[in-house]
Amino acid sequence: MRSLARLWRRSIQTRVVTSTIVLSALVISLTGWALLRDVASGLADVRRTAAISEARSGFDSAQLQIDAAVESEPAAQSQTLTQMVDSLTSNRGAKRTYELVLEGPLAPGSGQVPVRSSAAIASDALPGDLVDQVENKGGTYWRYSRLGVLGSSDREPGVVVGSQLHVPSTGDTYALYYLFSMAEQQSTLDLVRQALLLGGFAMVLMVGGVAWLVSRQVLNPVRLARRIAERYASGSLEQRMHVNGEDDIARLSTSFNQMAAILQSQIRRLENLSRLQQRFVSDVSHELRTPLTTVRMASDVLYDARKSFDGQSARAAELLQNELGRFEDLLSDLLDLSRFDAGAAHLDLDTIDLAAIARRSVDDPVLQRKGIKVVLVNADQPAIVDADIRRIDRIVRNLLTNAAKYGGSDRVEIEVGQNDGCVSFAVRDFGVGLTDDENLRVFDRFWRADPARTQGGTGLGLPISREDAELHHGTLRAWGKRGVGSEFILTIPKPGGSANPPAIVSVFS
Amino acid sequence: MSYRRNKRDRVLVVDDDASLAEMLSIVLEGEGLATAVCNSGDLVMKVFTEFKPDVVLLDLMLPGLDGMKVCRQIREKSAVPIIMLTAKSDTGDVVRGLEAGADDYITKPFKNQELVARVRARLRRTDQLVEPLVFGDIVLDPAGHTVTRKGESLDLTPLEFDLLACLLGTPEQVFSREKLLQQVWGYHHPGDTKLVNVHMTRLRSKIEDDAENPQVIKTVRGIGYQAVTP
Repeated sequence: MRSLARLWRRSIQTRVVTSTIVLSALVISLTGWALLRDVASGLADVRRTAAISEARSGFDSAQLQIDAAVESEPAAQSQTLTQMVDSLTSNRGAKRTYELVLEGPLAPGSGQVPVRSSAAIASDALPGDLVDQVENKGGTYWRYSRLGVLGSSDREPGVVVGSQLHVPSTGDTYALYYLFSMAEQQSTLDLVRQALLLGGFAMVLMVGGVAWLVSRQVLNPVRLARRIAERYASGSLEQRMHVNGEDDIARLSTSFNQMAAILQSQIRRLENLSRLQQRFVSDVSHELRTPLTTVRMASDVLYDARKSFDGQSARAAELLQNELGRFEDLLSDLLDLSRFDAGAAHLDLDTIDLAAIARRSVDDPVLQRKGIKVVLVNADQPAIVDADIRRIDRIVRNLLTNAAKYGGSDRVEIEVGQNDGCVSFAVRDFGVGLTDDENLRVFDRFWRADPARTQGGTGLGLPISREDAELHHGTLRAWGKRGVGSEFILTIPKPGGSANPPAIVSVFS
Repeated sequence: MSYRRNKRDRVLVVDDDASLAEMLSIVLEGEGLATAVCNSGDLVMKVFTEFKPDVVLLDLMLPGLDGMKVCRQIREKSAVPIIMLTAKSDTGDVVRGLEAGADDYITKPFKNQELVARVRARLRRTDQLVEPLVFGDIVLDPAGHTVTRKGESLDLTPLEFDLLACLLGTPEQVFSREKLLQQVWGYHHPGDTKLVNVHMTRLRSKIEDDAENPQVIKTVRGIGYQAVTP
């Protein structure tokens, strides 16, 4: 049942064929029903008209016979009546097209009425209302009925025509009924019904088949397009659809192929661009590092010898040394960022414990130098993730440095939390804090909260940290309140888990 | 005889960037080392044979000079310690350099201090050991810097000798990769622990019957290495 529902949901062809079959079956059965009704009523009308006229002439001749017989003796009268029924019955010829029933004499209020009939007719063959009409009013009446022989349950359709006969000599009234069988009409009707049923069924099947063929013709190119699109998605961009003719499908194929070609060239262009950028980064890195190394070494020599210089030269050597350090940091940060931008950053995964990293952070030299106390929260339970230890260390170092430099508080909290999907690592300070606007901007490249408060640094630490976190499919987010403090939460997913929702909710959120 | 060994240790600087090569010389000379500079890959073997350096500083990635090839050429002739200079810390190049026979690498730009420490570490001998060290069927002779196993001499580079001496010197003690980097390679700061892995693999291929299933030096998962008393 579920697989049928699935087929219905997934296959347009199934839906088209099924609905076509259902709708055509509905239309065909409605038409068939109307047709059958017309045929049936036509057949019945013809038979009834013939039956009534035959019955009328029978009634007339019966009345004539009764009028001619003048016996008043009841026995003789009964004989006459029996003879009359027999003669009327013999008029019908070889084919038994009708039966006769004569009831009477009718006496008002009397129950059982003597009956003469040409055959043992079942008593329920005469419809009650017809009997009422014939007995109580003069004239000829008819009804459709189901005729049957006494003792048998077989019934066949028929029409019953009845009329009163009057015996003038005694004044008795009799009711004479003609029972015409319509078995022939019924069998014709059965034949027509059967033909209609068979034809309708064949028609529905045929329409279903046609729908299947047509939908396949339309859907095949669509399915082909889907398969090719799937192949594009998995990276093989060389596939093309076969274009045949000039119809809509061919135009779809052509457009599809055009789209694929454009996609392919765009992707190639991007790949090329990315490759060029990676090459450029690598070249810049290489070309810059060699002279930088020479300058750095020279600066080291000058710096070590600064005691023997005069005051200004010594200060110059110090400045050279310091700014060279900053320059190196900047260069290496920039190269890291362009590696992220070029998609050339790779993870070197290891099983690491973020709680252990938190415990180790207590001894962070930058915090110690500033006399900042580190408070650990929940850092005693292992919090294991698969991550690149160098990148995680860099993120943590950046967050701690950030808290030490810009936090302005004498206390930093490090909290570790975990849920089923991820581990979160929060660094919290209680200093100047961040505004809502700054929460977002801290990750902008070269952005600084207060340009006047620049304390070295490249302005790239947090952007790089966020890239590092995202490389792990994790997140790095900032929260803060002006004058209260700020908090950075790093979330790394566990293997097979998700970084959403993070395991720690910010105290400043 | 002008290159005859005197008390000063010798460093051969191979770098086609003349300024950097000269700067390297200045710094190393300042540390009391003798240096020779070679700017061309083709001349390296000639200078190497004449100068007989104790350490080679080799720039791997400079264009026009196939550092890997030079490294392999030197290795074929000598077990002299080789320190690569590299512009990238991209692991692929580093691993290839180490596989070509380099003992250590240092990423540009570096501090003079760091450079000198690494060079010194490669020059330093395991002086603490005086007596030959017998460890199962392995015998380490510090005087001759030779190692024999079941009486057969093993061809170890000085670095491999130091690494083995460090581990066998205190059997059963587990050395972390960081600790080995500090003790054997002379690192002051945390370094690339892959360096240890590469050299440990090579050392094992020389001293173990089955390097895949080591019996002398075992890996302690997640911590480091340990010499197991036979």
